[in-house]
Amino acid sequence: MFNISAFSLYDAVFIVIAGVTLLAALGVVLLPNIIYSALSLILTFLGVAAIFFQLNSGFIGVIQILVYAGAISILILFAVMLLMNIEPGRTNLPTTRLKALFAGGGITAMFLTALIAAIGFTKWPQLQLITTDNSVEMLAEAMLGDYVIAFEAAAILLLASVIGAILIAKGVQEK
Amino acid sequence: MIGLPHYLLLGAFLFSIGLFGVLTKRNAIAVLMSIELMLNAVNINFVAANKYVAVNDVTGQLLAIFVIVVAAAEIAVGLALIISIFRQRKTVELNDFNLLKW
Repeated sequence: MFNISAFSLYDAVFIVIAGVTLLAALGVVLLPNIIYSALSLILTFLGVAAIFFQLNSGFIGVIQILVYAGAISILILFAVMLLMNIEPGRTNLPTTRLKALFAGGGITAMFLTALIAAIGFTKWPQLQLITTDNSVEMLAEAMLGDYVIAFEAAAILLLASVIGAILIAKGVQEK
Repeated sequence: MIGLPHYLLLGAFLFSIGLFGVLTKRNAIAVLMSIELMLNAVNINFVAANKYVAVNDVTGQLLAIFVIVVAAAEIAVGLALIISIFRQRKTVELNDFNLLKW
């Protein structure tokens, strides 16, 4: 499987990005301080954005950086800072129930095994890659053409969720 | 050498890390962060499949955008709910979220 002569720069870039992304994702789950977890989450988002750039999907990569690494991670950091009332080093511990820990690990291991087997046994099509550099145009045409109903529904969902978030976070006024 | 299976494997590992976090974390914010990891893994699969299977189409990228929209809505409402519960219970530990239990 590993033919050194076929090893290109593209592959090396993928391996580095994938390694950084997976290590950062492990940091999100395993670090005991939730602020470090949140910062590790930002690194994961940036790694995924780099994967998108490598897949010739620059628009999605930019959206990923703006929305995930910019907005969502700051929202999470704000919530973490607001809601910390115990010492920081104990904010992100795994569950104390050993049974739950083993069950979670077992379910994850089974799921991962099934996914790897499914990916390994499937015959993937070997297509000639055509790099399209007008994917933003195609995205706009698809979004405001065939998928315009979904586009409007997404807009309404965002509006409703923002109003709902403000109302829920504001709380009920005690008379 | 790197092809669609490698991207799908990366997505599978990322999703599994997120799944493990969702199942074993005590802190509600950590669970939300793990859910974000899982959504990102799905996005990698969408975009990679778009590039390697449907070359002259952008449906996969479009679905990734919709996933990002729903993720943004979900994290906003989720954090608002956690803030609201924290105001009553002074905790973000999932074990203490038993308001509906009697």
